Amino acid sequence: MSAYFIAHFLLIFLVFNMLVMSAAFMVWMERKVCAYIQDRVGPNRVGVEGLLQPFADVLKLLMKEELRPKAADAFLFTIAPIVSAAAAFTAFSVIPFGSETTLFGLLDRPLPLEVTDVNVAVLVIFAITSMGVYGIVLAGWSSNSKYSLLGGLRSSAQMISYELSYGLALAAVIVLGGSLSLRELVLNQTGYWFHVIPRWYIFLQPLGFLIYLTAGVAETNRAPFDFPEAEQELVAGYHTEYSSMSFAMFFLAEYINMVTVSAVATSLYLGGWLGPILPSWLGWLWFLLKVLLLLFFYVWMRWTLPRYRYDQLMEFGWKWLLPAAVVNLIATAALVLWIG
Amino acid sequence: MFEFIAFYAFAAIAIIASLLVIGQRNPMYSVILLIVSFGALAGLYVLLDAPFTAVTQIIIYAGAIMVLFLFVVMLLNVPREEAIASRLGARARRTGAVLSLVFTLEIVWALTRLSVMPVSSGGGGSIGSVARIGTALFTTHAFAFEATSLLILVAMVGAVVLARKEHH
Repeated sequence: MSAYFIAHFLLIFLVFNMLVMSAAFMVWMERKVCAYIQDRVGPNRVGVEGLLQPFADVLKLLMKEELRPKAADAFLFTIAPIVSAAAAFTAFSVIPFGSETTLFGLLDRPLPLEVTDVNVAVLVIFAITSMGVYGIVLAGWSSNSKYSLLGGLRSSAQMISYELSYGLALAAVIVLGGSLSLRELVLNQTGYWFHVIPRWYIFLQPLGFLIYLTAGVAETNRAPFDFPEAEQELVAGYHTEYSSMSFAMFFLAEYINMVTVSAVATSLYLGGWLGPILPSWLGWLWFLLKVLLLLFFYVWMRWTLPRYRYDQLMEFGWKWLLPAAVVNLIATAALVLWIG
Repeated sequence: MFEFIAFYAFAAIAIIASLLVIGQRNPMYSVILLIVSFGALAGLYVLLDAPFTAVTQIIIYAGAIMVLFLFVVMLLNVPREEAIASRLGARARRTGAVLSLVFTLEIVWALTRLSVMPVSSGGGGSIGSVARIGTALFTTHAFAFEATSLLILVAMVGAVVLARKEHH
């Protein structure tokens, strides 16, 4: 067992736990931000400023009884939350979050800061997130309840509609960068224009970035596109019948998906771990900061915008977002061909 | 050694899952088993050093098309498909048996004529291999590509016409 192997193993362990922690942190941030937006204080009893509140929540969920409706399909009902959570964790595994490091000369060759380097990383993320929808759809169907079924149906319709724009926005960046590897795409954004503006793809793809963010919100089922669980219409949508840890797994999956969408946006449009001031081995701090800002944006949006109507969601997705994404892709491809 | 084990594992999963797709009566499980089969197929593509094909397989088949399948199954909400054998007469069943025999012979004939060609390894999943697939699709196989897209368009128009048929 080489030092490299041990370091890589530790890295995987670290990434996994950071993802779980990020979900816990997001729960806290969501409740705090929501509270201040609504002129309240939010959780402040458990730990400093309520920071330990998510752990209390998890403990509560663990202690609760695991319920399953009698008429539910036992097998699918059990694996649905597992599919959701597993897809969410797996998708993050190909995202690079820092430059290569030898840990101050401890390792004989540089270790890239990511779980695994796949040369079709962008597509892998796209493929795995499209698997995540099965968790929701299966949960909706197997619960054998009308609210769950409606939630599952909405989710599959929404995912299909927005995945197209999401994929086309990504395709424009791939055309621009000429690579499918996230690491290469990030490294392509090194440098500055006129010594001040960083060469991030957001400046070349402002429309693509907006399309990606919008479709990303729909993909993660967040407000204003949270139709699969619209509580005023569907009780809790696809996870109505879930309790205890299986409910927590859906919850976990939702937050980790948000982290993944933000991390991909950071890598593709905001230059990943690249940034001024900090030395390159601290680049992951830039990455963290950018992801955090995007996550804040998500929370901010949820507590500011009301939910769309379902037909508006479909109309927006197919009649506005998709044509915009197609035009964006064709224009980008034409410009790349023109300039060479 | 690892590739050897992985190949047989993926192949076994693909075959067993495909058999179970037609072998059992709950359409929901059929759809899920088909997804499993597609996943195993994607694993085989990875072993063939074609990650791009593998990921495309997942995105298009397991991702997009199967979600549509699930959508339809859920909308119809058929808990169990009724056994067709009981509804069919003896003549229909005999014709079916003959047709399936012909089909089996056809497959055996096609498989024995197949010659194994060495495939040049295409640089893994780098943009180069994607570019090569794209170039091949739009130059050498342009006719087949356009013909397929026309076929899909016809099917789509047909589906719309059927779905919009007025009920009297």
